[in-house]
Amino acid sequence: MDLKNVGDASVGGIFLAKDDNRRMLLEKTLKEYNYEGSSLLEILHKAQGIYGFLDKKLLMDISQSLSLPPSHVLGVATFYSYFNLEKPGDHIVTGCLGTACYVKGVEDIMQAIENEFKIKRGKTTADGKLSLFVTRCIGACAMSPAVIVDDEVVGKSTKEIVIKKIKHLLKGGENIETS
Amino acid sequence: MKLVDLQTIAENEVDFQRSYKHRINVCSSSGCILFGALKILKAFKDAVKEFGLEKECKVARTGCIGTCSVGPAVLIEPGDYLYQNVSTEKVREIVRDHIVLGLPIKEMLYKNESFFKKQKRLVLKNAGKIDPHRIQDYIAMGGYSALVKCLATMTPQGVICEVTSSGLRGRGGAGFPTGQKWSLVARAHSSPKYIVANLDEGDPGVFANRTLAEADPHAILEGMLIAAYAIGAEKGYLYIRAEYPLAIQTLQKAIAQARSMSLLGDSILETPFKFNVELRLGAGAFIAGEETAILASIEGKRAMPKPRPPYPATYGLWGKPTLIQNVETLANIPMIVLNGGLWFSKTGTTECTGTKCFSLTGNINNPGLIEVSMGTTLREVVFDIGGGVQNERNFKAVLVGGPSGGCLPEALLDQPIDYESLKSVGAIMGSGGIVVLDDGSCMVDTAKFFTEFCVEESCGKCTPCRAGLARVKEIFEAITKGSARLEDITTLEKVSAYIMDASLCGLGQTAPNPVITTLRYFKNEYLQHITEKTCQAGKCFKKEEGEQKQ
Repeated sequence: MDLKNVGDASVGGIFLAKDDNRRMLLEKTLKEYNYEGSSLLEILHKAQGIYGFLDKKLLMDISQSLSLPPSHVLGVATFYSYFNLEKPGDHIVTGCLGTACYVKGVEDIMQAIENEFKIKRGKTTADGKLSLFVTRCIGACAMSPAVIVDDEVVGKSTKEIVIKKIKHLLKGGENIETS
Repeated sequence: MKLVDLQTIAENEVDFQRSYKHRINVCSSSGCILFGALKILKAFKDAVKEFGLEKECKVARTGCIGTCSVGPAVLIEPGDYLYQNVSTEKVREIVRDHIVLGLPIKEMLYKNESFFKKQKRLVLKNAGKIDPHRIQDYIAMGGYSALVKCLATMTPQGVICEVTSSGLRGRGGAGFPTGQKWSLVARAHSSPKYIVANLDEGDPGVFANRTLAEADPHAILEGMLIAAYAIGAEKGYLYIRAEYPLAIQTLQKAIAQARSMSLLGDSILETPFKFNVELRLGAGAFIAGEETAILASIEGKRAMPKPRPPYPATYGLWGKPTLIQNVETLANIPMIVLNGGLWFSKTGTTECTGTKCFSLTGNINNPGLIEVSMGTTLREVVFDIGGGVQNERNFKAVLVGGPSGGCLPEALLDQPIDYESLKSVGAIMGSGGIVVLDDGSCMVDTAKFFTEFCVEESCGKCTPCRAGLARVKEIFEAITKGSARLEDITTLEKVSAYIMDASLCGLGQTAPNPVITTLRYFKNEYLQHITEKTCQAGKCFKKEEGEQKQ
C-alpha cells in the first residue's frame, strides 16, 4: 500500500462522493454505531463488505468520520488478516491452511495452483482475474482439505478438482458444483 | 412477558411438539451444509407433503449431530435413528419406508455405535435435537428455566456459590475456576461491569465452539444472562470470528428472538434485572482470543495483549471490571443452576469436573464433534470414539490443544484428559482440538507448520515471542532443507525455553509446545533430518528438489 499520502491533511475533505449509494450505506452503519471510535472493526467489516476492499481513501474517510488518527485506522486495518487492502481479482481462491487441512495435504494443492496459474499466494494475477489467498481454518475440518473457490467451499478437495474449477471460472463459466 | 409466561410457552410448545408422531432432524451445521444439507431439508419437506404427513411429521433443521464425516446426517425421532450420507434421491425412500411403513432402512443407518457410547453429552445435549433458529424449541427443552430460577429464587451470591461448588473451570484452555472468577468481578467496586463471551476460536483444526453456537445459541445467551445477574453486569459482548458466517447468523437471530420475548433488554421478564448483548466480529487474528487482547479488539484497537495485573476482573473493558468467559463455559451454567453444583461435580474427576467438547479431526475414521467426561483417556477418544486411524495406516501422534498444543506419541495415549495431566506431558487443553496424525506425517514438518503459524500470528509486541519464534522458524527451515547442524537442536531447545519463560501472553508462553514435544518424543526424526538428510514421510527436502529441476 502506498503510504505517501496517508495522514497528510491536504488530502482531507470528502474522499468519496456523498451521493454514491455505497457511501450512503456506510454512513448508515456509522450512524448506527454513533460514530464511536470503538466500533472501528465493525465499520471496517461493513466497508469491506460494501466496497470489496479497503483502499487508502476509504480508510481516510473512516478515520475522519470516527475522529481517529489515520495511523490508528491503518494500524488496525493491517493488523487483522481479514481485511484486504488491495483490490482482489475477479475470482478468489482461498486455501484453508488449518491443521486438519494441512495434515490432509492442502499444501500440495496450493503448490499445484501456484504452478498451474503462475501465481503466488497472497497475490493477484497481472490481468486481475485471479487472486490466491490462504486462511487459517474455516472450521470445516471434517471435510479437509478444504479450498474456497469464489464462494463455494470445496471439501475433500484434490488438485485436479480445484484446478478444473478454476479453469472453468477463468473461461467465464459459472461456478460448478462438485457435491 | 413475565416469569410465569415462560412456563406457559414451554408447556404449549411441548404439547405442540408432542402432537407430531415423528420428528425428522436434518443436520444443517456448516459441515453438513457443505454436503448439501439444505437441499435434503427441502426434499424431506416435499416428501412429507407428498405423502400427506404434514400433521404427524415435523421436518426441522438442527445443529451438528456430531458425525461430520458421514454428512448430510439426518436424525429421526423417536428412536434416534441416524441416517448417514443422505442424498436427495434417497429422501423419498426414507419417508416411505421409515415413516409410512414403519421400517427403518437398516443399511442407511449410522452403524458406529461406539462413537456415541463413550461420550457424555451435557453441553451438547440439544445439539442435533432442536432447531437453533427457534427459541421455542430451546424453551421446550427446559431452556431459560435456569434464568427464571435465578431471578425468582436466588440471590446473585447464591448463584456464584452454586457455580463455585460445581467445580467448573474455564473451557477456553487455561482452566481457571469459574466461580472464583465470578466472585472477583462481583466484588470489584467500580461500575459498570461487562461480560465478554469469547467465541474467537482461532486455533486451526478446532470447531467445537462454532458448532455449539450453530446448534444451541440460546444456551450461550442464557449462560451470559445468569453470569450477568450474578456479577451485576448490564452489558455483554459476544466476540465471534468473522470466518463463521452461519454461527454469526444463528446468534444474531437468537439475540433478536430473546429480545422480542423480553429475555434481553431493560426489564427482563418484568423484573428489575437488565442486560443487553452486542455481537462483535473478529477479523482473523489468533491472538484476539487472549483475554486482554480480546478487550483491545472490542475497543476497536489492534488485538495486542497487556501485562497482567491488573486483571480484567478489576480493570477490563474501558478500565471497568469485566468477566471474560469462553462460550462453552457459559453453556455449562444453565444446567449447573438447574441441577445444582453438587450434581455437576459428580461428572469428570475430582480436580476437573464436567465434560469437554472437542473437535476430532486429522487422519481418523470418525472425525466430528464430541463431548467426553473429563478424565476420559486419549486412547478412548482416538480409538473408541474416533474409530482409529484411517486408510489402515498406523497411529503416529495426536496433537492436543491447537497450534500451541503438544504432539503426543502412542505411549502417552492413556493419559486422561484434564488440565493438569495434559500439561504434565507438554500439551494443553486449549479450546478443544484433537488432531490425529498417521505414520505418513513428518513430525519435524508438523512442528515447523505450527511454528510458522505462530510466527504469523504473533502480535509482535514482545521480543521473546516476535524474535524468538522467528529464530525457531529459521532453524526449522535449515533442518528441512538439509543445512542444519546437530548444535541447532540445542539452540532450538534453549530458544524455546526463553520464549516460554519470557513472553507476555499465552501465545508466546505456549507457542513452543509443538517444538518441545516433538523434540522430546520424536527426536530421532530430527536426527535423521540433520545427519542423514532424509525425511521418511517425504515431506521435507521437497522444495529444493523442485528448485533444482527448474
